[in-house]
Amino acid sequence: MTATPAPELGSLAAIAACVRTGERSARAVLATSLERVRELEGDLHCFNEVTIEAAEADADAVDRIVRSGLDPGPLAGVPVALKDNLCTVGIPTTCSSKILAGWLPPYDATVVSRLRDAGAVAIGKTNLDEFAMGSSTENSAFGPTRNPWDLGRVPGGSSGGSAAAVASGIVPLALGSDTGGSIRQPAALCGIVGVKPTYGVVSRYGLIAFASSLDQIGPFATTVADAALALEVIAGHDPMDSTSLDRPAPSLLATLHDGVSGLRIGVVADFLSEESECGDAVVSAAEALAAAGAKVDEVRIPELLLGLPAYYVIAPAEASSNLSRYDGVRYGLRVDGPDAETMNARTRGEGFGPEVKRRIMMGTYALSAGYYDAYYGQAQKARTLVIRAFEAAYQDFDVLLTPTTPSVAFPFGSKVDDPIEMYMCDLCSIPSSLAGHPAASVPFALNPEGLPIGVQVLAPALGEAVMMRVAASLEASAPRSARGPVTP
Amino acid sequence: MTEYETVVGLEVHCELSTTTKLFCGCRNAFGDEPNTNICPVCLGLPGSLPVINRRAVELALRIGAALNCTARRSIFHRKNYFYPDMPKDYQISQYDEPINVDGWLELPDGSRVGIERAHMEEDTGKTTHVGGGGRIHEASYSLVDYNRAGVPLVEIVSRPDVRSAAQARAYVDELRSILVATGASDGRMEEGSLRVDANISVRPVVSAEFGTRCEVKNLNSLRSLERAVEYEVERQIALIESGGSVSQETRHWDEGDSSTHSMRSKEEANDYRYFPEPDLTPLVPDAALLAAAGEGVGAMPAERRHRLSSLLGAGSDLATRTDGSTDQVVTVVDLGLDELVHGAVAAGADPRLALARAANEAAANPDAARLLDPVAFAGLVKMESSGRLSATQSKEVLAELMANGGDPAQIAGRLGYEQMDTASLDAIVDGVIVANPLEWKRYREGDDKVAQFLLGQVMKSSKGRANGKLVAQAFASRREA
Repeated sequence: MTATPAPELGSLAAIAACVRTGERSARAVLATSLERVRELEGDLHCFNEVTIEAAEADADAVDRIVRSGLDPGPLAGVPVALKDNLCTVGIPTTCSSKILAGWLPPYDATVVSRLRDAGAVAIGKTNLDEFAMGSSTENSAFGPTRNPWDLGRVPGGSSGGSAAAVASGIVPLALGSDTGGSIRQPAALCGIVGVKPTYGVVSRYGLIAFASSLDQIGPFATTVADAALALEVIAGHDPMDSTSLDRPAPSLLATLHDGVSGLRIGVVADFLSEESECGDAVVSAAEALAAAGAKVDEVRIPELLLGLPAYYVIAPAEASSNLSRYDGVRYGLRVDGPDAETMNARTRGEGFGPEVKRRIMMGTYALSAGYYDAYYGQAQKARTLVIRAFEAAYQDFDVLLTPTTPSVAFPFGSKVDDPIEMYMCDLCSIPSSLAGHPAASVPFALNPEGLPIGVQVLAPALGEAVMMRVAASLEASAPRSARGPVTP
Repeated sequence: MTEYETVVGLEVHCELSTTTKLFCGCRNAFGDEPNTNICPVCLGLPGSLPVINRRAVELALRIGAALNCTARRSIFHRKNYFYPDMPKDYQISQYDEPINVDGWLELPDGSRVGIERAHMEEDTGKTTHVGGGGRIHEASYSLVDYNRAGVPLVEIVSRPDVRSAAQARAYVDELRSILVATGASDGRMEEGSLRVDANISVRPVVSAEFGTRCEVKNLNSLRSLERAVEYEVERQIALIESGGSVSQETRHWDEGDSSTHSMRSKEEANDYRYFPEPDLTPLVPDAALLAAAGEGVGAMPAERRHRLSSLLGAGSDLATRTDGSTDQVVTVVDLGLDELVHGAVAAGADPRLALARAANEAAANPDAARLLDPVAFAGLVKMESSGRLSATQSKEVLAELMANGGDPAQIAGRLGYEQMDTASLDAIVDGVIVANPLEWKRYREGDDKVAQFLLGQVMKSSKGRANGKLVAQAFASRREA
């Protein structure tokens, strides 16, 4: 353990306020970020690509807007990092896979446009487990990202690059995507805040699909308020995404500090195994919330344990179809062959890594004639059971509390040979994904080795406002040392 | 020898004539420069998402209504298979919850063919194999045009109710008329706007079970369809008669050698791994959607045939007609001249004569005929039925009316088609009797067959100006005298 507290970058609102008044230029803010990249990127490997020129051009554009007397927006000059499965015009977007080698998207993801429209300055594309399949960023074709709290440990995944970039103070904000926990788990392992919004609150247009019915984009930040502001910016209806909810972005900041007095909070006992430091943190968190005026009770929701096996049928099934298009015909890698079929097989054989292949095979099998009912059909029934169990629980509670992860950041290589062990990382985060509900991970404690532990706040669909209130309350009662940014 | 019955079910893919594609805003147009009407969505680029074209849904509902289907809540599925002209390597299609179900289509002969479903899906791109005679396996390379990728299709699946090659042809012909009448399609088989696959089987007429079917593809015209069904039925019967059995497979119709060839067996068929498309939400045909779908849609051909036949009065039920007017009704409706006939009848024209002139003469130039003023057309028909114009004259006047418009009485006058006065007619009739004593004798003895000859002689002498009806009356009155 060598991590030390990093210099504070200031809140997003504070950075934007300085840039908006011209007190500090966006270019100067960017320079600080890029300096931090130069200092740490060699150790951490957060990025697949740092887009210095594009970032400088964007920062200059923000500064010009300020000079012309106009308002560049609520994230004026805020440096952000983008998970490398978000499409960016003319900038390589790889999903950390060899199969997308050389592909330059001709369009920006909706969230990328919204961040830019709000004045944010994207500095690069962050590393991930290939196609967002994994919980450690070890499945990246370009090498793993390291955890700034302990360079010998994983940052979690799949959005490990984004989490590490925020946790190390390179950027105050990053976007990730969460299919079964890919924002919340790395946020917990890196001691920062990560939010997965309600399915449909943030447009998926331009997010390269892993499992379409589960994928959601969300923010990483060092504080709940920063995450809330970022979510307000990227959320809201998008006509380019049919599953985007036709409603305005949620208002989160206005009620963020209303406290938890009178809220009914359920601690999900099914996820509190004995002698678990992550479970202990949840118990402490519950006590803190009770002290702040919430009504706290234990609740048993055993159906949530069905989530993990259901998820590992549904997500691979959708992935097997979503990843079919990487066939060597139109873009990305092509390994030639005597005919189209062979070319296709060779391209996919060489282009995809082992975990991606494993999931394509599992998903293909689950959808095959004769097996569909037993696997995919059955998994959808389990998904319905999870949703109903949540519905029942939310009759009695406003939010639920669980650990974000079963354990703290683990050493490199400790789970790579055991896929099931790796899949178990998502045990607590998957149920909300299956239900399409929002969930947030808040750094709450450090274990005896000084590694961060996250607590997960779950809310029903569109319950972001109350969820963020609870998260803010937890943050207020957590030790400052439990969250980043840190310097490795 | 065993007698066999033909059983055919038809799958017709119809490209909808929307302005834009099914899931994006790209132009839906035939014949443009390759790969010009494309975008991230119809190219299936990573991160792109489909958004349904509301107009396509309206047209699909319109087709369903015209085929007497029930519209229902529907969802899209993904049909997964690898092919270079499929941008996503899956096709977004409707599977077990289609938008239209359980309809029927009435053919001109009055028979009905059941419609199992009419569902929505996206078209694929188009591959051209270069070298190797255009076949994929021998080609040196292939070119893919994605302009067609994502064009909206409705697939209309019939029940296995068709019992002959001719009926299969009549079904597709009628379906095409309906699709054109709804405005949903231009119905052009040669441009691929309408593509037909036929599921063909045979069974002994005594059998209650269907035989094993073969699906025949590449039917690019009504003629190909009819010939392919005939060929396939013969092939299957010969196979069974020689002690073999039909195996379920997909076959390719080859226009060149007029036969079908095996493409792939049932075992080689893809496992499409259908599952609900997570990127789209269910389609619910609410009142607003149904109203928009129905807007501006006229009556379908079957209904129009019934309406037209009803003008002819009792005993004119289409299915039982034997006097040939079925063909006239079908022709007139096909050509869109039924409103002309209705208009003329409303203006006092004789229905049978108006129908005959429309089906025979007006049909020669349907575009002009559709522009005819029904009142002028009625005037013409009335002049003919009252005897003012002979049939020959009437046809001439009609041709002039279609070419240049105007008033039929004035045209008749200009052409010199004045009604022949009674004295002149009598003189010609008497002349013919004198010149043909033997025929006149036979006619007087009751041989009506010779009447046609005598009439012809009068027509000849009068240079076609005599009115046939009046001539017949003149002969009749002389016989009785």
